[in-house]
Amino acid sequence: MTTLHLPLTIGDALNAQRDAFGDTLIELIDRDERVYVLDGDLANSTKADKTSRERPERFLQMGIAEQNMMGVAAGMASCGLVPWLSSFACFLVNRDLDQLRVVVAQPNLPVKIAGAYSGLLTGKTGKTHQEVSDISVMRAMPNMTVISPIDAVEVRAAMIAANDSEGPVYIRMTRDPEPVVLPADYAFEIGRTIVVREGTDVTIFSTGAQTVRCLEAADLLAADGVSAHVVHVPTIKPLDAEAIAEAAARTGRVVTAEDHTIIGGLGGAVAEALGELQPTPMRRIGIRDTFGESAANDDLLKKYGITPGHVADAARELL
Amino acid sequence: MSLAPDRLTELKRQAIHLRRLVVESVHHAGAGHLGGPMSAADMLIALYFEVLNIDPNDPHKADRDRFILSKGHSSIGLYSALALRGYFPIEELKTFDAIDSRLQGHPAMDLLPGIDMSSGSLGQGLSPGLGMALAARLKGESFHTYVMLGDGDSQEGQIWEAALVASRYQVNNLTAILDLNGLQQYGWSTEAGYGELARKPPQENPEARWQSFGWNTISIDGHDMDQFIDACQQARDHLDGPTVLIARTVKGKGISYMENDFNWHSKPVTDEDLKQAQDELAAQEAALA
Repeated sequence: MTTLHLPLTIGDALNAQRDAFGDTLIELIDRDERVYVLDGDLANSTKADKTSRERPERFLQMGIAEQNMMGVAAGMASCGLVPWLSSFACFLVNRDLDQLRVVVAQPNLPVKIAGAYSGLLTGKTGKTHQEVSDISVMRAMPNMTVISPIDAVEVRAAMIAANDSEGPVYIRMTRDPEPVVLPADYAFEIGRTIVVREGTDVTIFSTGAQTVRCLEAADLLAADGVSAHVVHVPTIKPLDAEAIAEAAARTGRVVTAEDHTIIGGLGGAVAEALGELQPTPMRRIGIRDTFGESAANDDLLKKYGITPGHVADAARELL
Repeated sequence: MSLAPDRLTELKRQAIHLRRLVVESVHHAGAGHLGGPMSAADMLIALYFEVLNIDPNDPHKADRDRFILSKGHSSIGLYSALALRGYFPIEELKTFDAIDSRLQGHPAMDLLPGIDMSSGSLGQGLSPGLGMALAARLKGESFHTYVMLGDGDSQEGQIWEAALVASRYQVNNLTAILDLNGLQQYGWSTEAGYGELARKPPQENPEARWQSFGWNTISIDGHDMDQFIDACQQARDHLDGPTVLIARTVKGKGISYMENDFNWHSKPVTDEDLKQAQDELAAQEAALA
C-alpha cells in the first residue's frame, strides 16, 4: 500500500473528535439508507444526540445494556443495515466483548463501533471510564479493522471509509477539543500510513491524537538539531507492516507513542512487525501496565508519561 | 386449527427421524449434545416443515422468516432439521464436528446457509432476533423472527436486557420459544452437595417473569406439535408486542435412558447406546402406522 506524504503543522484550529462523529453520522445517514445509530444512553456525551434530534427515525435508544445493543446491531446488520454504535470505548470494548466476538466478528457483520472517550483524557472520570487497552483487545480479534484518527477531519474521513467497508470496524475517538491538522479534503484509506514530518535521525510512529504531540516532540528535537521522521498510523489493523519496516530502515531508530498501554497496542504491533521484517532498536511511549485516574488532562499526560517531552526524551536515548 | 391427521403423522415421523439422526451423528462424531436437541426436536420439525416461511433452495431470500437457536449447543438438532427439510444432503451430517465441516459444534452463519445467526455462547440469541425484528419494521418487510431459548440459556442477563428493550419497542414480529426442559448441564446438583431445596429447575415461574417484562405468554406442551403450531399462529396474531411460547418439554425426550437425566446433556454415545436408541425409535415409528 502506498504511504501518503503529507507534512503537517499545528495551527490554531481546534475541534473535538466527538463533534465530528456527531456531524458525520448525519452525513452518512443522508447518503446511505442502511445507516442507523444505536445508543447506549450516552448520546449527549458522544454527540450522537444530533441524530436523535435531526434524524430521529434513524436513531434507536438501546438503554444501558451494551450486551443487548451489540446483539441487536448484529441482527440488523444480518438484514442488510449498517448500525453505528454510540457509547464509551470502555464499555463497547469490555462490557459486550463476547457479543462482539460471537455475533459480529465471527460472522464478519458490518457493525461499526465508535468508541468515544478513549485514552486517558475522559473529562475527569477516572480509571473506570478510561480505556487504554482497546487497541490491544480489538486488534487481537479476527476480522476487526481498528482505526485511531489524529483529529476531527480524520474522524469524518475514517467514518466514511468504515461505512463503505464490509466487515466490523472499531474507531477509537477522544473527547476534548484538539488541534485540527489535516486538510478538509483528506480522504481515508484503510491501512494507509501518513508521513507527517520528514526526517533522517529517528522514526516516530504514533496513532490517534498522540500524533499531534509527536509533531511537538519533533519540534523539540529539531531545536537540538535532531531530525525526526514522524509517521502517523491511523489504521492499527490491518497494519501496513512493509511501510513500517521501510520507515524504520530509513533512520535505524524507532520510537512508538500512543495514549494507550504499551502492551499490545501500536507499540506492540510495530514491535511485532519490525521483529520479523526489520529488527530495530526501539522505545515505546505509552501507559506502562497500569490503570489511570481522574485528573486534569495536562496532569495525566505528565504523570503517565506521554507528553511531547517524553517522546523527545525517548528519541534522544536512542541517538 | 389442527393439522390434518395424515400431516400430523408425517411430522411425527420426521421428528423420529430427527432424533435418530441426532443420536447417529453424535455417535459418529464421538461428541455432541443430546438432551437439548431431543427436547427441541418436535418444535424444530414443526418450525421447519410447517411454521417458517422459508425456501431451502434460496436460503438467503430477503423476506424469509428468521430462526435463531439461542441454545446453540443443540446445533445437531437444528442441522438434522435443515437436512430433513432439504437444505443439504443428510449424508453431510456425518461431517458434524469434523475438520473443515460446515456443521460446527455450534451454529456458524458464515459457514452454513440456513443458519440465520451464529450462536453458542449462551444468552445471546434474543438480541439479534430483536435486531432482525426491528430491521423488518424499519425496512417495511413482513418476515417474522423466532428465537429458541433454553431455560439454562435464560440464566444469562443479556436475555433479560433484550426482553426489556423488545417490549419497550413493542415488536410484534418477534416470537421467543422457551424450551423449558427443566435441566441444565449441571446446575444446583444434589451431587454437588446442594440439598433438595436448592435443586430447582433452571427457570422458576417463567410465565410471571416474562409477563413482568412486558411480554405476552402462551404456555404449551412442547412435544405437542398441534399445540405448538397453533401457538405460533397466536403469537403472530398478537399485535401489541412480543410473545414468548413457554414450552414445557422433557430433556432427552424419546430415548428412555436419556429422559430427565442431566448426564445426557452432552455425552459420547456408545455402540450399545446407539443400538438401543435405534430400536426404541423404530418401535415409535412402527407405532405411528
